[in-house]
Order: sequence, then C-alpha cells, then structure tokens
Amino acid sequence: MDIHEYQAKEILAEFGVPIPRGGVAYSPEQAAYRAREIGGDRWAVKAQVHAGGRGKAGGIRLCRDEHEVWEAADALLGKRLVTHQTDAKGKLIHRLYIEAATEITREFYLGFVLDRKAERVVLVASSAGGMEIEEITRERPESLVRSSIDPAVGMQPFQAREVALALGFDTAHMAIAVEIILGCYRAFRELDATMVEINPLVATHEGDLVALDAKMSFDDNALFRRPRISELRDKSQEDPRESRAADRGLSYVGLTGSIGCIINGAGLAMATMDVIKQAGGEPANFLDIGGGATPERVAKAFGLVLSDANVEAILVNIFAGINRCDWVAKGIVQALQKLDVTLPLVVRLAGTGVEEGQKILAESGFPIITADSLSDAATKVVAAWRTHGQPRRQSKPIAEGRS
Amino acid sequence: MSILLDLETKVIVQGITGRIGAFHAGEMLAYGTRVVGGVTPGKGGTKELGVPVFNSVREAIRATGATASIVFVPPPFAADSIMEAADAGISLCVAITDGIPCQDMIQVKRFMRRYKFEQRMRLIGPNCAGVISPGKAMLGIMPGHIYKPGSIGIVGRSGTLGYEAAAQLQACGLGVSTSVGIGGDPINGSSFRDILELFEADPETKAVMMIGEIGGPQEAEAAEFIRNHMTKPVTAYIAGLSAPRGRRMGHAGAIISAFGESADEKVEILQEAGVTVAPTPSDLGTTVAARLAKAA
Repeated sequence: MDIHEYQAKEILAEFGVPIPRGGVAYSPEQAAYRAREIGGDRWAVKAQVHAGGRGKAGGIRLCRDEHEVWEAADALLGKRLVTHQTDAKGKLIHRLYIEAATEITREFYLGFVLDRKAERVVLVASSAGGMEIEEITRERPESLVRSSIDPAVGMQPFQAREVALALGFDTAHMAIAVEIILGCYRAFRELDATMVEINPLVATHEGDLVALDAKMSFDDNALFRRPRISELRDKSQEDPRESRAADRGLSYVGLTGSIGCIINGAGLAMATMDVIKQAGGEPANFLDIGGGATPERVAKAFGLVLSDANVEAILVNIFAGINRCDWVAKGIVQALQKLDVTLPLVVRLAGTGVEEGQKILAESGFPIITADSLSDAATKVVAAWRTHGQPRRQSKPIAEGRS
Repeated sequence: MSILLDLETKVIVQGITGRIGAFHAGEMLAYGTRVVGGVTPGKGGTKELGVPVFNSVREAIRATGATASIVFVPPPFAADSIMEAADAGISLCVAITDGIPCQDMIQVKRFMRRYKFEQRMRLIGPNCAGVISPGKAMLGIMPGHIYKPGSIGIVGRSGTLGYEAAAQLQACGLGVSTSVGIGGDPINGSSFRDILELFEADPETKAVMMIGEIGGPQEAEAAEFIRNHMTKPVTAYIAGLSAPRGRRMGHAGAIISAFGESADEKVEILQEAGVTVAPTPSDLGTTVAARLAKAA
C-alpha cells in the first residue's frame, strides 16, 4: 500500500527526520491560509498523488505570494496528473501539500528497500539525489552506496556513519545525517514498510538537512497489525475496479485490452494472459479468484469483469483442485442468470469434477463456448472476440469518487 | 525414490483443528500420507481425524517420531509456528499459509541460520501448494489424482499452474517423481536452486520442469546452477510475459521491480543456461516430451 508524500513526512518526522514546514490543503482558500500560517516568502504547492515524476508533470508549483498559491491550488485540485509513472488517465489530485520553499545547495538520495536475494533490508544511497534511482543507477553508478542490514540486530550506528561518510556530508551534517538514516530504518522496521525513500534529502542554504520529498510503501500482508497505517489508504488513488476487487477478496489488476479473464491461481492467471496475447488478443485484466473458487466468488468475478466497459469477450479458466468444476459451473450459470451477459463467453474447466461441470454448462441453455485446453481456450476466445465482440463503451464506468 | 517425501515420512499438521487444516489433513490421509498427529496449542490431548493433537511441536515429535510438518496456521501466527518447528527438530516443513508479513519471513530465515546446515529444517513455501510424491505421499493442498507417478520433477511458484503442468505431462504419457510448490512470496524457504539440487541427486528423476514467473532473482540464480551443476535436462516456463512493470500480479512476489525480473529477461537468462523454454503455457507437456526425445 502506498501513502502520500505528506503522510510519509509526518511519519518520518516522528522518527527524527527533519522536514520543511508544511500543511495539507483541500481547497485554494485553505492553500493560501496554509501559506500564511507557514510564513516566509516562497512556497511549493505540491499535488498529492501516488506517483513519482510529479515535478516534471507540472504537479509541483513554486509560488511567490498567497495569490499565486491560491491560483496554483485552483489549477491543480480536481485535475488528473499524468506522470511517466501513471497510466494515460493519470491520478486524481484532491489534496495538496503546501510547503515552505527550500534553497538547495546539495541533494542526496536515501532508499530502504527489500533485497530479495539477500533476504534483508538494504539501504541504497547516493550523493546524486534529485534524480530517480533508475536514473542514478544508469548515469551515476559510482555514486551509489549500499548497506545491508542484519535482521537479527537491526541497523547499527556505525553502518549509518559509514554511509554518511561515503556520501560526503559536511562535518556539520554528520550527526543529523546518521539520525535520519537510523530513523528511516526504524520506521521501515517498526511499521512493516516495504520501501522508505527520501529523494532528495537536501542541504539547504541555511545549513539544514531536510527531507524535501518522501515516499513510503507498506506490506499489505502486515496491515492487520498496523491499523494506523491502514487508515492512510486513499482509494481515490487506486483503480476503482482494483479497490472493489480487493474489498471482495479477489486479486485484480486492470489492463487495457478487451478480453476479460476469470482464473483461479495467480500463476495460471498470468499464464492465461500470456496465451491470450500469443493468440492475438489483449487481456483486459488479471483476475485471480483464488484456489477455492466457490460459486459466489465466480459470480462476484463476473460482476467485476463486466464493470469494465472495454471488455468485449470473457474467458473463464479454472483448474479445479480442492474445489470442483461442477461448483464453478454452477457459479457461472448463476452469474449468467443474474447478470445480462451478451458478450461471447469461453469456459475452460479442468481437474476435479470436469465432466459434471461441462454437463451443467451444456444443459444451462446459455451460449457458452467450451474449451478443453489452455490453447484451445485462448484461440476460441480471440476468435469469438473478433467475430462477435461488441464494444460496450456506452456502459457506465464506475464513478470516481472525490472523497 | 523421490525427493523430500516418501511412503515412510511421518507428518504432523500444525493448525490441524482449524477448518482448513482439518480439511487438508483429511485429504492427505486419504492420499496415503502418514499423518501421525497435529499441533494446536491449548488443544493437546484431544483427537482430530483419529490422530492425537499436541500442544507443541516438540511434544508431537516425542510421541510420534514425526520428521515433517505442514503449517496451516493463520498469517499473524504462522512465522512463530515455523520457527517452533525448526527448533523442535522437524526436518521438512511445508508452509501453506498465504499472507505472512514479509518482515516475519525475514526473521524466520534469519532464525533458521542458527542451526548447522545439516541440522537445519528445510522450509518449503509459504504461500505454496506443497509437495507431492505421486503414489506415495502428499504434503500439500493439491488434487492428488492429477499426478501420475513417473520420472519428471516439477518445481514451480504457482499452485494451479503446477496442476496445469502435471495434467499436460499426463496427457503426454509422462508422470511425476515429485512436484514441489515453492510459493509466490518475495521471501520463501526453498528456492528453485535448492529444489533443482535435490532433483539432480535423485536417481528416479530423469528431467525437470521449472515453472517461474515475473519478479525476484530466483530464476536467474537457478539458471546459474543449471549451467554449472545440472546434468539432467531442464525445461521451463515463465509466466507473466504480458504483465506490466511495477504491478503486483496476485502473488506478493510477482512484481517486476528490477532489471532481470521480467519474463522476457528470465527466459533469455534460462535459455543461455541451456534450458528449453516452453513458448506458451499450453506447451508445458509437449516441450518436456520433445526435450526427452532429443536427449534419448
């Protein structure tokens, strides 16, 4: 789960990371008020969206008076910000962070991530802050410093000192740099983060070291024990279909193609997307309804796939293990009875109870195209999509709430 | 022979009194697995499915001589149960639980390093379908009947895609020596490399089918091992050719976040190591059959 910049800064500040003065605003009036409250003569009005690359996309405006702050806020709020990290629709801006502008003398990069190979948390740091980490890795690899942290004892002060020394902080900044590094690590560890990034960490004209931008992501599997973090979830930043699916215990990722997929198991779901693509189609989504696909889950999955206006044909691919194909078939028939499905539907069932399942589908009276293998299913759904698929772009998309 | 599990292996079920644990313990017993007991703290002295329930893994081992365990404990408590098994002297532990926090798994892996390699528990999973040696025993949640006994070793992250592979092999007249699901989490007990090493040493396994996916370094690590140490033919499939970068595809670990983690890159790395990669997921069985025909 991702959170906003201002939320990450609030958290990190509690762990001893200095941040510029700032405040959240939901309206132009509030933005101007915040600027006055913060004081000074220059402010940054920053769009709060779950995506990087905001600056280049025009999501961060530098303002010299309250009126400019008002105008910038008015221009940004309610717009969708498209950055190189978002899709073409971008992310809705409905919160701003107003921050005292900073005179930068040097920029650094700090990032704590999971090193899957070492099975540890690793700190990646660089004296070339301000660029994205991919860019630093490509263009300034010599500036990168890594420090691998032993999970048994956690990050030690000497490790933080080594990193700070390698980055070449001024002597005056050493103590606070060490405190920032250790604070970020503790935040990562104590809050079940999967990523803590300060980019850039800047030395200011006034001689301070502050986090100018901060990003944190959290382990979805650990949210049960982090109620405070769970509350920071902002559904307006998620694909509404994905939120709906997650609330129903389904794993869904929206894509841009036309063939809706309903599959059990993440691996089989990915493989089915691949085989659709190889057969000349484009999957509209990844959808894993889980190993134990009950009729109810199948019915929910249909509702979800049909809520995507781009879907022009549907492929159901179930390899029944513990569950049974006849249950799945019943779920499909129930869904078809409840929902008005006019799109071509290809169903491939395999595993436990496959004969009974196919019998139920055949006797249902619905025009279901059955397939007996993965390749057969992909070929049939792509063919059906080409000949019968009707664009349904007139159908209602899910409303995007500005909560 | 087979790897990890055979007719003799005595198994305890951690979390046997839960709904899911009890169901799968029943399925495993029906398959012929020697399930000799269960563990649920606080329910020691009772019986479930006719086998005794113990309060701790240590008690269960003392009373039954079990060497393997399977974990159905819910995510908040699963790491603790795995570490308990490691400390009590279990030699093979399969963790089925999906949703264990990443930092808990980091802790589990670190904890296990306190034991000498020879005494260290082998952990499979979590978030996996488990292990089956067809015709002998099943330590997992797979549908046992789709696996025909034979000489192909299967190792994969995904459960249902593993079933797909077994079914395709069966359609080609090929059976399975052992199938191992290593799970879809970013930090897991055994890697592809660990399991390949066991298959290479197993006289009954003649070839290996490896089913990987996007995300993480383990397929590349496996490629390195195959190039340097495998004499048996290896075929592979990598799921997620059409998966976009930076999006998590169901499995907690299935996300392309670094160089070498996309399906295309993994396919290339494996091919360079001499692995035959199935072009589509519908060619899993035929690719193995073709590779065997070529080797013969």
